[in-house]
Amino acid sequence: MWHTSAILPPIAEKIPPLDGLMTYGHEPVSPEMIATSPNLKAISVVGVGYDHVHVETCRERGIAVGHTPGILSDTTADMTMALLLATARNIVPAYNHVQVSKQWKYYDPNILWGTDVHHATLGIVGMGRIGHAVAKRARAFDMRVLYYKRERRPDWEEELGVEYVTFENLLEVSDFVTLHVPLTEETTHLIGEAELALMKKTAILVNIARGPVVDHYALYDALKQGQIAGAAVDVTEPEPINTDHPLLSLDNVIVAPHLGSATVQTRMKMATMAMENLLAGLKGEQLPYGVLQPNFPR
Amino acid sequence: MVQPGEEAGLKEKIVAIFVWIAPAVTRELITSLPNLRVVGNCAVGYDHVDLAACAERGVRVGYTPNVLNKTTADMAWALLLASGRKVVEGDSISKNPSTSTFDSNWMGQQVSGTTLGIVGMGRIGYEIAKRAVGFEMKVLYHNRHRKSAEEEERVGATYVPTLAGLLGESDYVVLAAPATGDTHHMMSREQFAAMKPTGVFVNISRGTLVDQDALAEALRGGVISAAGLDVTDPEPLPRDHTLLSLPNLTLTPHTGSATLPTRQAMVQMTVDNIKAVLQGQPMVNEVALPSL
Repeated sequence: MWHTSAILPPIAEKIPPLDGLMTYGHEPVSPEMIATSPNLKAISVVGVGYDHVHVETCRERGIAVGHTPGILSDTTADMTMALLLATARNIVPAYNHVQVSKQWKYYDPNILWGTDVHHATLGIVGMGRIGHAVAKRARAFDMRVLYYKRERRPDWEEELGVEYVTFENLLEVSDFVTLHVPLTEETTHLIGEAELALMKKTAILVNIARGPVVDHYALYDALKQGQIAGAAVDVTEPEPINTDHPLLSLDNVIVAPHLGSATVQTRMKMATMAMENLLAGLKGEQLPYGVLQPNFPR
Repeated sequence: MVQPGEEAGLKEKIVAIFVWIAPAVTRELITSLPNLRVVGNCAVGYDHVDLAACAERGVRVGYTPNVLNKTTADMAWALLLASGRKVVEGDSISKNPSTSTFDSNWMGQQVSGTTLGIVGMGRIGYEIAKRAVGFEMKVLYHNRHRKSAEEEERVGATYVPTLAGLLGESDYVVLAAPATGDTHHMMSREQFAAMKPTGVFVNISRGTLVDQDALAEALRGGVISAAGLDVTDPEPLPRDHTLLSLPNLTLTPHTGSATLPTRQAMVQMTVDNIKAVLQGQPMVNEVALPSL
């Protein structure tokens, strides 16, 4: 398994023309990079999001693109709950108080009060497979769960006990808002100044989708002005985010280094799935989990 | 507020004490207050109150069970998930100026589909078990007495008759037992060794149930993978304590019940407990004192 690096662009010059490419991490697979491999048949993404692959170029070239949906939904939902609970119960401020600044000198019942998760209202934006898994977990905490999605799912409402609401209503009434939309043109900066202004002053935002779904400067302003109470992000724009970005200076923001699917068990399953996709693509066969199926001239 | 020099005569006036988990309500304190009638303990644990001394002096003791079950269970889960998925370490990596890339192979432990072992299936343990359903975890429990079949079924929990048995099978172990003579250092070298090397240990009960040197050794040596503690012995830990320097330990300073609604309910219950005694009414949440 190789180390991904942010300093990659010259790699296209360093490697020979490829028949297949597997991506682990989110380095961009640009039109220029694809152009260096005239025989490229398949790109296999280890992950469910494929916004870093220039799909349009692949469509034109008939290159197959595969990804790994489903298999990481539970683990990513687990991370969503981990970030939600950590923010709600001040896990990082506690770390700073106890282990970093070592201010913990006597028992004080008045410090580090958090917010209850049980019986709070969770708003899920984009309820696909991951959102569905989050809803299931949240219901076990007796949370009231609202969701917004392009197509309503009454069957899921029945199954999970979740309520469909408008996007605005979700923002207005939720104590916790979690984002699970794919990154597209429409979802870029889905959460900006106006959306943050609608949210409760006590609300917590969790972004485990993609960095560009949230306007980071608007988020910083909203937190600084107390328009929302806290945030946790597993994804940023860029990734990693510059450590001198003002967002990182706030003590009510948790930034995780893209850990959504980061367990050995899940990554192994993803790797296996991605390998199946790659092998199918190289043979010109139907990909088990294809975004684009092979369509190249033989 | 009492000004210096005004203490004379105060000890005789005190009929009730409102106390959190600290300072300890010692024999010395109790006997120094000749007219003390009630200790209003604003907590569910009362190991810091000398019950024998209270019994001898006819001092009654209130506590605050039930109102903090759910909030404390939430904290157990916050610690469990933070420990397993390395939230604090991950946050530190993201914010470290030397970080230029994220290592795609830096990973935590799986939670969904694994086994949760609850040691001490009381009211809080039960709330902890309930939440595991959403994560499709298998739930085991060990308790002094086995629960009824209905209680087990409600949270899908399976009884394990020995602590070692539970420890060996669990991926996540959460300790939710009270501090008594029997539970002192119940988690020590042998018990951590019985856990899986990928195992995660969480304690939200009392620090005295854990041999902290053994825990530190287990975390340093990879005997278990991570731990989350809301409670230690003492509280706070000395600033140079070995536990404070471990990257795979998540610590919170006894904030398990720390949300506004829960603290309000606890305070109200404690005030009600105190008033009940002073007004000659039944105390609803009273600690049974040892017989003399």
